[in-house]
Amino acid sequence: MNELYNKFRSLKDKIMHILVYLALIIALIPLFSILFEVFIRGISAINLDFFIKPTPAVGEIGGIANAIQGTLITIGLASVIGVPIGIITGIFLSEYSENKLSTIIRLFNELLNGMPSIVIGLFAYVLIATVVGFSVIAASFALALIMIPIVSITTEEALKLVPASIREAAIALGMSRWKTVIFVALRTTKKTIITGILQAIARIAGESAPILVTMGYWKWWFAGLDRPVANLALDIFLFAKSPFENWIVLAWGSALILIIIILSINIVARIIMKERY
Amino acid sequence: MSAYKIEVENLNAWYDYKHILIDINMKIKERTVTAIMGPSGCGKTTFIRCLNRMHELVPKAKVSGKVIFNNLNIYDNNVDPTWIRRKIGMVFQKPNPFPMMSIYDNVAFGPKIHGIKKRSILDKIVKQSLEMAGLWEEVKDDLQKPASALSGGQQQRLCIARALALEPEVILMDEPTSHLDPISATKIEMLIRKLAENYTVVIVTHNMQQAARISDYVAFLYMGRLVEYGPTKEVFERPKNELTERYITGKIS
Repeated sequence: MNELYNKFRSLKDKIMHILVYLALIIALIPLFSILFEVFIRGISAINLDFFIKPTPAVGEIGGIANAIQGTLITIGLASVIGVPIGIITGIFLSEYSENKLSTIIRLFNELLNGMPSIVIGLFAYVLIATVVGFSVIAASFALALIMIPIVSITTEEALKLVPASIREAAIALGMSRWKTVIFVALRTTKKTIITGILQAIARIAGESAPILVTMGYWKWWFAGLDRPVANLALDIFLFAKSPFENWIVLAWGSALILIIIILSINIVARIIMKERY
Repeated sequence: MSAYKIEVENLNAWYDYKHILIDINMKIKERTVTAIMGPSGCGKTTFIRCLNRMHELVPKAKVSGKVIFNNLNIYDNNVDPTWIRRKIGMVFQKPNPFPMMSIYDNVAFGPKIHGIKKRSILDKIVKQSLEMAGLWEEVKDDLQKPASALSGGQQQRLCIARALALEPEVILMDEPTSHLDPISATKIEMLIRKLAENYTVVIVTHNMQQAARISDYVAFLYMGRLVEYGPTKEVFERPKNELTERYITGKIS
């Protein structure tokens, strides 16, 4: 009787095991098929022209060099705006959080984090694009707004994990409060914060909605911060819905490059997190 | 100038509504080791944290009374607490070197932050401080290695070197050996005796044998009051107060 019961239990265990693995495989199939499809189709687009030529005129041969350039410029400017503000906000929330203001900031921060990116894009459009015109500035501003909550939440969480004993050591050396935060607490936890920044960058690298609203398409090279630039995510859309065979190939190529960029940022972030000291 | 380095007058300390230290009066002589002992929760740690204005950092903490250091009341309104903490260094119960810094940077950090930039001067300070803390010979070839790679006892001596690098006049130690193995603890005890040649050391200890071994003066705190204070030998051989005697003989702990 008892033996039978045990057999039944181990059988149940095996069935559950199989079900779990089955679920895992089902979940992974779409992911791998996307990666596989993008890789196979994208790789055929990749040649020297692809990397050195700008968006082609209709029916001609071209590349995505201008889109890579534009994406880097837009992300760069967004980081210059968003990272310092995010870090400072994070410091404020973690270190000077005994007041009501920080509760309100934290609420807005979380709200901003959950905001659909197209709404943020619209905001940047109204605030900047209507004044300056469709431009890198407007797009970067929108992307910076997406970065700020990610960076500040990571910074706050990271600073809160710095042990009190480390802060006390600094204070006992006659260090003022802000110096303790800057030179000891931030330094102790800089890897976590850098990882947060990289994740924020990876997130905005693939954003398309706010770019569409603030910058639109641009088929040429960078022409100034008050003008639009090309963008990888938007290029994919532009190329993919075109009727030309060679443009559709470019769309797959752009998608592959974008995935590779985001994947490498994530890998770098993971390596930084793993490295101790 | 008095021969007393620190004079504590009517010191009271609170945490929230809890009265932790009650009317403490105590004069600490220059270049001596003074041990503060007493049962858990008697206010030992709070007492030394009042001597370098660390107690007030805890939210809801309050202090009244005077702590006179070199004829200056450190609780005067115009005294900068960061200046006091440079002059009165502190070593904590658990070794707490800065984890992301090298051994060199841990020691050089204090002087650097207070404005010393020249590499040659920093090199000298680091070497002297590590020598004084008895760590130089063990780490002189590994100065750029992370501090977290050191053993617990070495880390604690590194923390002592870090405090010494600011050339303080007083060093406060809060049970510096309680997290260490007996051999490391003995090294630190020997070091404390050596430090007393140049510095005034105030050490909190849970360990009566340690107090007897290393201190010149001993203070016995009980329930926030200073019960007995005097030369170590006298207090241990002929305690004046019955409570002290019961503590020393192990009847209260």
